[in-house]
Amino acid sequence: MTISLTLKVWRQKGPNAAGGFETYSVPDVNEDMSFLEMLDVVNEDLITSGKEPIAFDSDCREGICGMCGVVINGRPHGSVAHVTTCQLHMRNFRTGDTIVVEPWRAKSFPIIKDLVVDRTAFDRIIQSGGFISASTGSAPDANATLVPKAVADKAMDAAACIGCGACVAACPNGAAQLFTSAKVSHLNVLPQGQPERWARVASMVDTMEEYFGSCTNFGECEAVCPASVSINFIAQMNRDYLRAKFKDRRSLVRAADVANDEG
Amino acid sequence: MVSQTTGRGRAEHIPTIRGRNGQRFWLADFYGSAIGKKAVMAITGILLLGFVLVHMIGNLKLYLGEEHLNAYGEYLREIGEPILPHTGFLWIMRSALILAFILHIHAAATLTVLNRKARPQKYLGGRDYAAASYAARTMRWSGVIVGLYLVFHLMDMTWGWHVVHSNFQDGKPYENLLHSFAPERWPVSVIYIVANVLLGIHIYHGAWSLFQSLGWNNPRFNLWRNWFAKVFAAVIVIGNVSFPIAVLTGIVS
Repeated sequence: MTISLTLKVWRQKGPNAAGGFETYSVPDVNEDMSFLEMLDVVNEDLITSGKEPIAFDSDCREGICGMCGVVINGRPHGSVAHVTTCQLHMRNFRTGDTIVVEPWRAKSFPIIKDLVVDRTAFDRIIQSGGFISASTGSAPDANATLVPKAVADKAMDAAACIGCGACVAACPNGAAQLFTSAKVSHLNVLPQGQPERWARVASMVDTMEEYFGSCTNFGECEAVCPASVSINFIAQMNRDYLRAKFKDRRSLVRAADVANDEG
Repeated sequence: MVSQTTGRGRAEHIPTIRGRNGQRFWLADFYGSAIGKKAVMAITGILLLGFVLVHMIGNLKLYLGEEHLNAYGEYLREIGEPILPHTGFLWIMRSALILAFILHIHAAATLTVLNRKARPQKYLGGRDYAAASYAARTMRWSGVIVGLYLVFHLMDMTWGWHVVHSNFQDGKPYENLLHSFAPERWPVSVIYIVANVLLGIHIYHGAWSLFQSLGWNNPRFNLWRNWFAKVFAAVIVIGNVSFPIAVLTGIVS
């Protein structure tokens, strides 16, 4: 089965160029293609006719790398819940549909070209505390540190975050709370993450707030998250941050400085 | 080699929306952080919720009759006597509420400015909300309108300015209320009813949101947070809206 669509795609030559929508008619789209494969087909036609192909990010194309992601008809990764753009199949559209494709919009996600944005700000958040200290030398026994099953599950739920940035794209405030809380929590709930727990949350949140807006509890991020990360982690991060602010300040600042020097 | 891979600097090409937290006196630093501001909004919100609830319950004395409501009004001035002067406790409460109100509005306004900076470009192709409730999306509007209504309400029922009628009497809330809600002045009642519905919508999102902002999250109780917000908002709206309706329909006269 094939369908015919009209695409309205955001085209922008470079970071400082003015952008605008370009309309493309796309006939005979195979329903079993993913959204990115459909864009590949559009690009092949563009290249054949000597035009500039649409620039978009992608890598693994199986929903685990976090590289792809565009806003499709006003929703990051499209209207199918909990999938990435590469997992969104064309069978979710009907012949005659007009599909509007836009890049993530946030001050700290500057557009590089067309649908590609620079997510370096996420790297800076990770650098400022998304690590643990571990002893070097011979590997410890795997079961030397006991982790309750429920805690391991919770850490895994947070660690499921692939860092695609859909949460920021979906948030009307351009807030990165869901991403940051996932990256804080998957370490903060585990015994291995305890030594830097308070410094980590303070440092990562402070870096986040340099780049991104604040949370108004809309829940949009959770709804579009391809990894189903829960906003419960945002509450957990808020609690840890508020507690960190009232911990012994001198030791906190020293630990945070160590974290910052990494960046 | 190591410095190349780990020390890539501070990403100067990425625009920031503000400076870094953690550089000031701890209280300023706490309030300076967005999460700190949200915590302040939650705590002041709890205080204002408490006020709104007590205010509504106290006004239920309207249904017991003139002497009950007027005596209750006088009692509010006498709480804490003689250790406190006349109206002493009342003014302590008012001061706390005024401070809470100012902080609540200041935090909301500054966070709004910050959030606009973080998302300067809207989605030109439109956006499709997946989860945000009407209440959540209209918090800024409902907040501003309820704030303006509060000024009107104080002019009408507390300060006794002649904005609605010229029969205001100090210490006679029952009579003042009957004058303001008199059927021939029905637009006044409409203002009160609409404003209180908006207050309920504001409370519905706020009373849930405060749990998230303060990190009061436990999967065992999360369902209750939602019910708490719904019931609290409903109780406030039903109670407050009943007063003008009772006067308009002659149940209280």
